[in-house]
Amino acid sequence: MDPTDFDVGNIDIQWCPGCGNFNILKIVKRALAELEIPPEQLVFVSGIGQAAKFPHYLKCNYFNGLHGRAVPVALAISSVNPELTVICESGEGCTYGEGGNHFIHNIRRNPKFVHIVHDNMVYGLTKGQASPTSLKGMITPVQVAGVILEPFNPLTVAIALDASFVARIYAGDTEQSVGIVKQAMQHEGYACIDVLQPCPSFNKLNTYQWFQEHVYYLEESHDPGDRVEAFKRASETEMLPLGIFYLHEKPLFHEQLAAYKTASSPLVKRGFHDVEKLRQLIESRKE
Amino acid sequence: MMMSTNTGADVSIVLAGQAGQGIETIESVLVRIVKHACYNVFATKEYMSRVRLGGNSTEIRIAHDRKVNCYVNRIDVLVALEKFSLERLTPRIDASTIVFCDASVFTGSGKFIEVPFAAMAEEVGGKIFTNTIAIGVICGILGINQDLAAGHVRDEFSDKKEDIIQKNMVALEKGLEFGKSLADNGEVNFAISTDVCVADQILVNGAEAIALGAIAGGCNFIASYPMSPSTAVLSSLAEKSMTFDIIAEQAEDEIAAINMALGAWYTGARGMVTTSGGGFALMCEGVSLAGMIESPIVIHVGQRPGPATGLPTRTEQGDLNMVLYAGHGVFPRIVLAPGTIEDGFYVTQKAFNLADKYQVPVFILSDQYYIDSYYNIEPFNLDDLNNESFVAQTTKEYKRYAITENGISPRGIPGNGDGFVLVDSDEHDEEGHITEDFNVRTAMVDKRLRKLPGFTYDMILPRFSGNSDYKTLVVSWGSTCNAISEALSAIADDTIAHLHFTQVYPLFPGTKKYLDDADKIILIEGNASAQLGQLIREQLLVDIQNKILKYSGEPFHVEELVARIKEEAM
Repeated sequence: MDPTDFDVGNIDIQWCPGCGNFNILKIVKRALAELEIPPEQLVFVSGIGQAAKFPHYLKCNYFNGLHGRAVPVALAISSVNPELTVICESGEGCTYGEGGNHFIHNIRRNPKFVHIVHDNMVYGLTKGQASPTSLKGMITPVQVAGVILEPFNPLTVAIALDASFVARIYAGDTEQSVGIVKQAMQHEGYACIDVLQPCPSFNKLNTYQWFQEHVYYLEESHDPGDRVEAFKRASETEMLPLGIFYLHEKPLFHEQLAAYKTASSPLVKRGFHDVEKLRQLIESRKE
Repeated sequence: MMMSTNTGADVSIVLAGQAGQGIETIESVLVRIVKHACYNVFATKEYMSRVRLGGNSTEIRIAHDRKVNCYVNRIDVLVALEKFSLERLTPRIDASTIVFCDASVFTGSGKFIEVPFAAMAEEVGGKIFTNTIAIGVICGILGINQDLAAGHVRDEFSDKKEDIIQKNMVALEKGLEFGKSLADNGEVNFAISTDVCVADQILVNGAEAIALGAIAGGCNFIASYPMSPSTAVLSSLAEKSMTFDIIAEQAEDEIAAINMALGAWYTGARGMVTTSGGGFALMCEGVSLAGMIESPIVIHVGQRPGPATGLPTRTEQGDLNMVLYAGHGVFPRIVLAPGTIEDGFYVTQKAFNLADKYQVPVFILSDQYYIDSYYNIEPFNLDDLNNESFVAQTTKEYKRYAITENGISPRGIPGNGDGFVLVDSDEHDEEGHITEDFNVRTAMVDKRLRKLPGFTYDMILPRFSGNSDYKTLVVSWGSTCNAISEALSAIADDTIAHLHFTQVYPLFPGTKKYLDDADKIILIEGNASAQLGQLIREQLLVDIQNKILKYSGEPFHVEELVARIKEEAM
């Protein structure tokens, strides 16, 4: 397959010129094409924000839901039909702010979907307020004396909760990012990728140049099976490492549900319940 | 305080004890025994919002006649295991109430018959056997066969060690002998005759009726966050999830729950959520999302008194307005409210098909009283379920929101055909892409609202009972139905008729005719603002003047309905 197989033709893309989202779109299309994932079997789930418009710009099924609520929708889709490829994609405000509770508890479940979080450290759609990952001191129209809150670190949170795949990529580096996204898509379990990206319109602090100067890749010797080391590397704040921090293969959420203990076919393919079985259950209430 | 003495048609037994003393266990064992012995039985419980101490009670009515299926204030026999629980019930005790308890527990009101529960339990092996002794005493006064009772007690404790089971057998026997001696001495005399029809009937409570109805309606996904009193539906479906291919997930919050259920429908499952007022408040954005993406969803709201935390374990019909207007924006919905236990099954089963057919939220509005009450009924009829899946196979040209005459666009699911299923919470075009085109917006609002007339076709009609030339019409909805029926039977005035709604919204178009034919209308609702009355006034321009409203947190009882209906009908 070719990345153009995921093109949707003439569509009005609403992102600003120079937005990191364009390259993330390119990275994701390439990863999908290289893994030969049929668009008809692909479901994107997103929330609200500039990143959340992503599914409109590539060929797939999508559920573009509410702000912060992409994760529970993705969880249900991947549980009802595990044969689908489910990708949850939204911004850091949607995911770590409005949807923080879902982010936390979803990690505990380990469902089978890829979670791509566009992280530009600012609110774009609402025009420049602080996001959960904005650096301290950043001046915005609301945080007029500078951001006071400690930035949210999604990687350390995910590792602390023993997420099964935790990575960070930088939107400015296509080649290595494609490789990591592909690994996430092939991972059997919940795969979280925080994507650093500039916002040329509203983030004048974390620019392309700033990222170039502040990111580097984890050494090949980094052992993603070492949780303590992964946590240590994810805690770095002066320079931001990229790559796969942590890997822990675990049983899938849906496979542990009662509904999948007795049968493995997707729930959606099982049809209406057996009326005779229901009759027996009702009859048992005579006792 | 309203009192009425027993007319002999049934006996109302109330068991009272602290939370943690196992009143619930007594209830569940005793109703099965009584049903097995072929008596008609009704039971409902009331409990304080705490896990230990406090006071809980359960009312069990035992009758020859099936029509005994609701709450009465009268207590014929009160079995009290502890003093505080007994004191709480003082307003319901009159001179004819027989109070069975230890001498140290008796408070002075009622006809005291000492039952040395503490001493008997000690003889058996400890106070944990008090429950089984109480079961025995009641079986004894009713003359229930010991082997029959023993079978059910054994079942209840089947996961316990054999010596515990044996001690329970001893406890049962002691209680039984004690009860029997009271009956033999003529100290108590409840000559209730059995009813052979009961043997072939089933015994389920409101929560299980809804859960079984959900299964009958094809529900295979439930996500919810525990909240009294609605949790019983979640646990009932979870219990059945091994046998029935159901995903039952406890969500991290109600917001997640409703979004999960919407994701489930999007993928082709039939999803529901169960919650109560406060939890439903968190779901409102999800209701609005269902409205915009035209997703089916079934939402069970088990009402309890609000606002805020309110009375967590009590009952009220106070959230009709909330479900009628929940969710920002304009979109159609259906609101159903089961009255009888049978309704819980059939209404819920139908809710899934209505939701799927019209792609709208369908609400099931129950309450604590409904959820926690049970009585024996005919087994649910599974021969006319008429389940129909409305999921469409997609083609390359598929458009999720194709404009249609009846407003319903064929609903595809991902992976089922060559097309793409695109849904968006933004206003969208026929394909499902975001739009800000004002003409498309107008067309989409119109399309969504065009479903409304279709609802009439599938409407659940209100139940009318009485003579067609009635003078007074009693109007009600939801869980009040049985208590009103019993009250009207007791009043026995054939100029009074009853119109009961199990579909509250949209309102049955013929309602106005019923109202216009009455000289006087009496509205009965379990809330302070007459919410069905408001809906009737808004939609039918009829302002109902005579209202019987209760919002103390307790269910209506037959005696007060008799008195107040008589008063209003004068």
